[in-house]
Amino acid sequence: MMPKRLRIGVIYSRVRVEEKWIFGALEKRGLDYDRLDDRGISFDLQNPAAWSAFDAVLERSISYTSGLYSLRMLNAFGITTVNTAKVAEICGDKLMTSAALARAGVPQPHSATAFTPEAALEAIEAFGYPVVLKPVVGSWGRLLAKINDRDAAEALLEHKAMLGSVQHSVFYIQEYIKKPGRDIRAIMVGDRVLTAIYRKSDHWITNTARGGEGEICPITPEIEALCLRAAQAVGSGVLAVDLVEHPEKGLLVNEVNHTMEFHTAQPISGVNIADEIVNYVLEVAKK
Amino acid sequence: MNTVSCPECEAEITLDASTEVGEIIVCSDCGVDLEVTGLDPAEVNLAPMEQEDWGE
Repeated sequence: MMPKRLRIGVIYSRVRVEEKWIFGALEKRGLDYDRLDDRGISFDLQNPAAWSAFDAVLERSISYTSGLYSLRMLNAFGITTVNTAKVAEICGDKLMTSAALARAGVPQPHSATAFTPEAALEAIEAFGYPVVLKPVVGSWGRLLAKINDRDAAEALLEHKAMLGSVQHSVFYIQEYIKKPGRDIRAIMVGDRVLTAIYRKSDHWITNTARGGEGEICPITPEIEALCLRAAQAVGSGVLAVDLVEHPEKGLLVNEVNHTMEFHTAQPISGVNIADEIVNYVLEVAKK
Repeated sequence: MNTVSCPECEAEITLDASTEVGEIIVCSDCGVDLEVTGLDPAEVNLAPMEQEDWGE
């Protein structure tokens, strides 16, 4: 009997260079795959047949909301996804990530949350200045704020409460870390660390989307072990673990991303990350 | 050769041979982000504005 031919779906919003590489890796293998623009898809809850044809769906939406709900629908239909809705729920929300890391005892920056400006101010004062305020959902270094004193804290909290959506009143407070002008991004597939890069910047936000530059970072046993623990804490899959070097506490897990970009990491490392992602998708599709 | 006109500034833009539908290109004249919406014939539209939940 001929082995079953796998059919893969890729949900995406934009064809970034990462999607081009992923499509290329699928085509190289001569696989049946569908490009699913998230602006055009829908899910009929009474009729999942259209989706059941897929052996696995890779989610690469730029919108966290569209991607998360797509995964929830697909998993409800019993369809294998990369990543799972559970992983996306944890990784797409910084507070959920921190909670999962705390539960697993993974070292991370000191963080706290509060739901009113008054309670947040009290928590911030207990941390001492400077302190960092982050939106629970958001990427690319957007809306991160370093607060240097009480005046700034009061103003920022009031602005967030008055001008932001309800979600901005979930105040996520994190200790400010004097990192050595860089952080570390490690790319993981399953329980393997494929590569790691330093993201360097003179600015306290080192995200490459904000102009940070990449440089290869040797994968030490410590980095590897910490990444593995972080991946397991959030549920494993295709992930980017962001680490910071704390001057006293050492390596800490700052974030875990579930639909990571790798336009910097792939050319710098020479590792074909897109190819590894496709390998992983095929692996889970066959299960 | 696939050429399009920028909907913002009307500059003529030549699409690279490897361009794909759904890709974002930047107009070299005015700098606006454009989404490639067709290749045969070539077509571009202004790219959607970044939303708060966009990212990785």
